[in-house]
Amino acid sequence: MATTLPGVDVVTVGVGWTGGIVAAECSKAGLKVVGLERGQKRGTEDYMTIHDEYRYAIRYDLMQNLSKETISFRNNRNMKALPMRQLGSFLLSEGLGGSGTHWNGMTYRFLPYDFQIKTLTDKHYGPKKLGPDYLLQDWGLTYDELEPYFDKFEKTAGISGDDKNPFSGKRSNPYPTGPMKMTPMLTQFETAAKKLKLSPYMVPSANLSAVYKNPDGETINACQYCGFCERFGCEYGAKSSAEITVVPTALKTGIFDLRYNANVVEILKKGNKVTGVRYIDTISGEEFIQPANAVVLTSYVFNNAKLLMVSNIGERYDPATGKGTLGRNYCYQILPGAAGFFDEQYNTFMGAGSLGMSLDDYNGDNFDHSDLDFIHGGNIALTQTGARPIGSNPTPPDTPTWGSEFKKQSIHYYTRSFGIGAQGASMPHKENYLSLDSTYKDAYGLPLIQLTYNFTDQDRALHKYISARAADIMKEMGAKTVVPNAEITDYNIVPYQTTHNTGGTVMSLKPEDGVVNNYLQHWNVENLFAVSAGNFAHNSGYNPTGTLGALAYRCAEGVVKYSKSGGSLV
Amino acid sequence: MSPEKDISRRDFLKTTGIAAGTLVGGGLIGGLVGYKMHGKGTATLEHDQHGTVTEETGSPKAKMFFMNQRDFNILANATERIFPEDDLGPGAKGLDVPYFIDHQLAGQYGSNSKEYMHGPFGEGAPTQGYQSRLTRAEIFKQGVQKLESEAQNRYKKSFNDIDGKQMDEILTAFQKGDVQMSGVTSAFFFTLLRAATLEGAYSDPIYGGNRNMDGWRMKGFPGHQMAYITQIEDPKFQKIEPNSLGSH
Repeated sequence: MATTLPGVDVVTVGVGWTGGIVAAECSKAGLKVVGLERGQKRGTEDYMTIHDEYRYAIRYDLMQNLSKETISFRNNRNMKALPMRQLGSFLLSEGLGGSGTHWNGMTYRFLPYDFQIKTLTDKHYGPKKLGPDYLLQDWGLTYDELEPYFDKFEKTAGISGDDKNPFSGKRSNPYPTGPMKMTPMLTQFETAAKKLKLSPYMVPSANLSAVYKNPDGETINACQYCGFCERFGCEYGAKSSAEITVVPTALKTGIFDLRYNANVVEILKKGNKVTGVRYIDTISGEEFIQPANAVVLTSYVFNNAKLLMVSNIGERYDPATGKGTLGRNYCYQILPGAAGFFDEQYNTFMGAGSLGMSLDDYNGDNFDHSDLDFIHGGNIALTQTGARPIGSNPTPPDTPTWGSEFKKQSIHYYTRSFGIGAQGASMPHKENYLSLDSTYKDAYGLPLIQLTYNFTDQDRALHKYISARAADIMKEMGAKTVVPNAEITDYNIVPYQTTHNTGGTVMSLKPEDGVVNNYLQHWNVENLFAVSAGNFAHNSGYNPTGTLGALAYRCAEGVVKYSKSGGSLV
Repeated sequence: MSPEKDISRRDFLKTTGIAAGTLVGGGLIGGLVGYKMHGKGTATLEHDQHGTVTEETGSPKAKMFFMNQRDFNILANATERIFPEDDLGPGAKGLDVPYFIDHQLAGQYGSNSKEYMHGPFGEGAPTQGYQSRLTRAEIFKQGVQKLESEAQNRYKKSFNDIDGKQMDEILTAFQKGDVQMSGVTSAFFFTLLRAATLEGAYSDPIYGGNRNMDGWRMKGFPGHQMAYITQIEDPKFQKIEPNSLGSH
């Protein structure tokens, strides 16, 4: 029997970047907020022995314990979905800060083109550029409308950058802190890109170039380039994350109650409104009901969609009929690129998660696609994130994968090779979607969320074209051997690719096109909000967190507005 | 041989020469420094002709998972073929990789405690990943026994008594999935074995492998360093004596 707790104004499900932003903004506005975090407390003081590749990067110590909950996966509807038994393709998280704790910190804004992708693609190339199987749609708000929220997120996180990207949407302010340091590798990339008439700029970084105090009064320290960033927490408090910014800001209000080990299993609904959530204390096993005037889903893409599905809120997408919006438009990212092998030795083991140079000449609609069989593209970058010895064993083609030749080559090239990689945009396809698994369950008896996903012809064409562009730059950089990434075939959930999963709970201008409106307010249930990269109608050619942070600020504004006016915000 | 392959082959020989020229010295010097630091001038592992590993007196090294010396030596010999001793420095045995793997198999890694291990178990497509009902501990146990029975079948000898070339033939058969195993493919076992060998060679020595940080020294990885902020802009390659979390 569940214990019903005293009601509050707002409850957030999950306390990472999105939950932290919503909690900070709402509590600053005087709303009483409860944050339910299924994992444990963690912060800077817990990262004193973080320079441990094996524990954190290989055995995934900061990531989700799959013995309790995972997803199931198949490439298409004809296959039987099977559980993802080990982490691989993407790294789900649990614990305070979520994946925003072990992110690299690359903080881009999506392009103006992205938010109006359907309108602009049709305008430039006609309505038949992609076939009818691709579910391209505008996002329901424009870049200019989202600009103030991008600005706000960048100021909260203190993003370091150089404002030299000619393809960027209009910016109301420069980056709060200057760009990170240049290194020999980056200088070489910059010189080569400029020779090719491309437009390199420093990756906008949440590993800060200088100590910074954000508008909420939180201090973020300066990055020390230690080379342990992605998959790790920062022992200096120099990588912006929820636990050193928005969470302490919310806690300072005195009206934010943060509960750990609180795993939400159901959104409670009565009539046209939600009344709160039911959660399980994962330590004691006790069940609680937390009533709230507004419920905000602020967990990862998969869990936001799953909670709506298991709580029977909204119509689930059916690829056979095309009906329903919940679970539709799942997108990922594809990773074109090229590896280069050099004679010179580089300090590849030094670095920071977002230390890099990138360019957008082949991203979005920044180049003409008239004669190409795909749309969009990808941000092409050389990043120096810190190569570590277990994970980095580069060998030229035709080298055996073990034995003495492998040993010699992988040791030699550990400091003499690196890659130029692109974040390839991913377009929604009618066969790529999220649903509930009918066989496999989590530790609380709920069905696993099921992912049906494969690469499309659009993906394969984009990958091939952008890999060739990355190879051009690598050749210009003077690599002795250049190896473009092998062409992609079927999506495989085993090798790590990227934790940039999107879609399933998309935002839209009209109720029939999405799950939430442009305040991230549920179309059918006015006091329910859902914010995650699940709101993206497609995935762009960038890391998602900048855009996600902007949407979280937009959502927080919506929740505060709703608390005053009620009703639909659009 | 295709022309491309031919070019890369020549390329490979050329670069190997460069590698040996620069890194042999680094490996040797690094190795000596390491031994001095730990005050064990001559304390190296002894390997007899059958590959038996003799443990140092007072060493924390002991078997936690494997129950007999033969099985442990099979594991040790297999990892040494994957990551052999050469002029760059020690191989898997010299780096204590077999102890690292043994200890990992006795803990969370071996029992897959953070992974979804509920049935029903289906074979699935390769794109769906690991679907075995077996834990890593069970896979290694069976895999080591299979290495032995494969050696007996092919050469009428223990895996520990065949020569390196014969070991490679058997390991290649495992890698290709040509050896029949139960509940898992031999290819998957080989993938695990290869990955665990590299993990043992290059993880922090606190886990019992990467002895004296010689894996890091060979590779030019400085391990746990607090900051590179003063060196990151330097155009020169930085040779830095490695440091372990255990030195805290």
